[in-house]
Amino acid sequence: MKVIFERPKSLNDKEFTYCPGCHHGIIHRLIAEVIDELNIQDRTIMVAPVGCSVFAYEFFDVDGTVAPHGRALAVATGIKKALPDSVVFTYQGDGDLASIGIAETIHAANRGEKLTTIFVNNAVYGMTGGQMAPTTLLGQKTTTSPRGRNVENEGFPLHVSELLSTIPGVAYLERTAVSSPRDILNTKKAIKKAFLAQLKGLGFGLVEVLSTCPTNWKMTPVEAQKWLLENMTKEFPPRLFIDKVGD
Amino acid sequence: MKKIMMKGNEAIAESAIRAGCRLYFAYPITPQSEIAEYMAKRLPEVGGVFLQTESEVATVNMVYGAACTGKRVMTSTSSPGFSLMQEGISYIAGAELPCVFVNVVRGGPGLGNIQPSQGDYFQAVKGGGHGDYRLIVLAPSTVQEAVDLTQLAFDLADEYRNPVLVLADGMIGQMMEPVELPPVRDLSTLPDHSDWALTGAKNREPHRIAAFNIDPVGLEQMNIRYQEKYRRIEDKEQRWEEYRADDVEYLMVGYGTVGRILKSVVDELREEKLPVGLFRPVTLWPFPQKRLGEISERVKCIFVVEMSSGQMVEDVKLSVNGKVPVYFYGRMGGIVPTPEEICLAFKEVIR
Repeated sequence: MKVIFERPKSLNDKEFTYCPGCHHGIIHRLIAEVIDELNIQDRTIMVAPVGCSVFAYEFFDVDGTVAPHGRALAVATGIKKALPDSVVFTYQGDGDLASIGIAETIHAANRGEKLTTIFVNNAVYGMTGGQMAPTTLLGQKTTTSPRGRNVENEGFPLHVSELLSTIPGVAYLERTAVSSPRDILNTKKAIKKAFLAQLKGLGFGLVEVLSTCPTNWKMTPVEAQKWLLENMTKEFPPRLFIDKVGD
Repeated sequence: MKKIMMKGNEAIAESAIRAGCRLYFAYPITPQSEIAEYMAKRLPEVGGVFLQTESEVATVNMVYGAACTGKRVMTSTSSPGFSLMQEGISYIAGAELPCVFVNVVRGGPGLGNIQPSQGDYFQAVKGGGHGDYRLIVLAPSTVQEAVDLTQLAFDLADEYRNPVLVLADGMIGQMMEPVELPPVRDLSTLPDHSDWALTGAKNREPHRIAAFNIDPVGLEQMNIRYQEKYRRIEDKEQRWEEYRADDVEYLMVGYGTVGRILKSVVDELREEKLPVGLFRPVTLWPFPQKRLGEISERVKCIFVVEMSSGQMVEDVKLSVNGKVPVYFYGRMGGIVPTPEEICLAFKEVIR
């Protein structure tokens, strides 16, 4: 019998604790497949975030730790400076990376840290119960923007990738989605390149993955996919910003 | 061994390098920036990493990351910067990571000023970050002691897998004194942390480090383990210095810069035939309460001096447990009290 599909080696057999329709599971799998394909499992160190995916370090079969809220890239910097031959990646949501941790994000990028960041943007704070994030869309209702996000009071959605695209230390930067098989394959390619940017010593790599949160968006998984494609991709168009890795 | 003149801050930095510290992250702040400047120059010469960070918040988390690898890592700061590090210190203590902090305390609260102070005692000794945790806190009173305690700090951090704080003040950081430097440690002789450190899971199960447990029973178990460790540290690591303290009627208590000033005070009062001695805590946590409790059995009163409104005096009172009166004299705002004014204040009390 020929095996055509199996669990990546870099994921263990613990069951994911994510809600139905959440994209963390897909994104986790893509990262694990990339780690396997690059054959770096035994020198990869993961920095898990605060939020729904705090348990990510328990699912990946690699060394890992949990950073305080927003500080993953500072923790990752400390690890990488101590062990330059290790492969260090952070996994962060929009609240973590774009709000409380925006300073750490910008400065790690600006130092050109040889780190890889997977930035999961679902336009909302997930674990704390659906509050407004810096990436929440205008008019989007959340528990802390119950009348819809309003520019007058809450300002505009923050475009992290556009912001980082001005920084010379960034070696790979792409915004993708995982809402279709084609998007998923493209995201995997982007994640691989973000790791290659690190492995080749080129600088900082980040992939922003547009992602659903059906529970806090109060939608079915199918409605959430549709909402992402119709609304989020308009505000945050998937595109390649920086690629110093090449083919 | 030859003694050389060194500024306190630079002596601390050189001592750390000699102790095997090869990773240092910091954000500049007066009156300790010479530590960063010294590290910037020296660490690359010995194959180490110096990084000036974007903030103290980033600093403490870089320390966290580097400590996860089991290597010797340090940062230094002064009071407002130490406040910013408290979140990360709670995580580091909870994750049981060895690392060394230096806080060269300045006047506070708020921006305060850049003069020497002891106003950070509560924050250093009682916590400052969230949750039940302890730092080992060492308080030097001379530049030589700052050098020696920096060595000890790295060793205690490794032994107990716990962050250690060297609590100096602007006087210790900025003064120059002759010091004898310790030998340079051979890195291969440093403690092996391969059983828990994050190094990449080559030929072993993955290591996971986190001050996190979603299960209340599991988190309580972690906390019980921390507390058992803290009791072991309390039993074994209480340190202090006694000066002319045999056969005294009056005991003065002070740490750090005040501790050295009180030696002059004791000498002056002894000239006047007053039976006074000094008890100087060297570890502020664990506080040397056992010995202080013993001595308090045989004195008429205790006189505590601090460069604060009176913070350590609470630990003195706990150690003495009501057996004798405890009096307090303090200066704030970055003012270092003179021996003369302390003598006067003491005589006022015993009159």
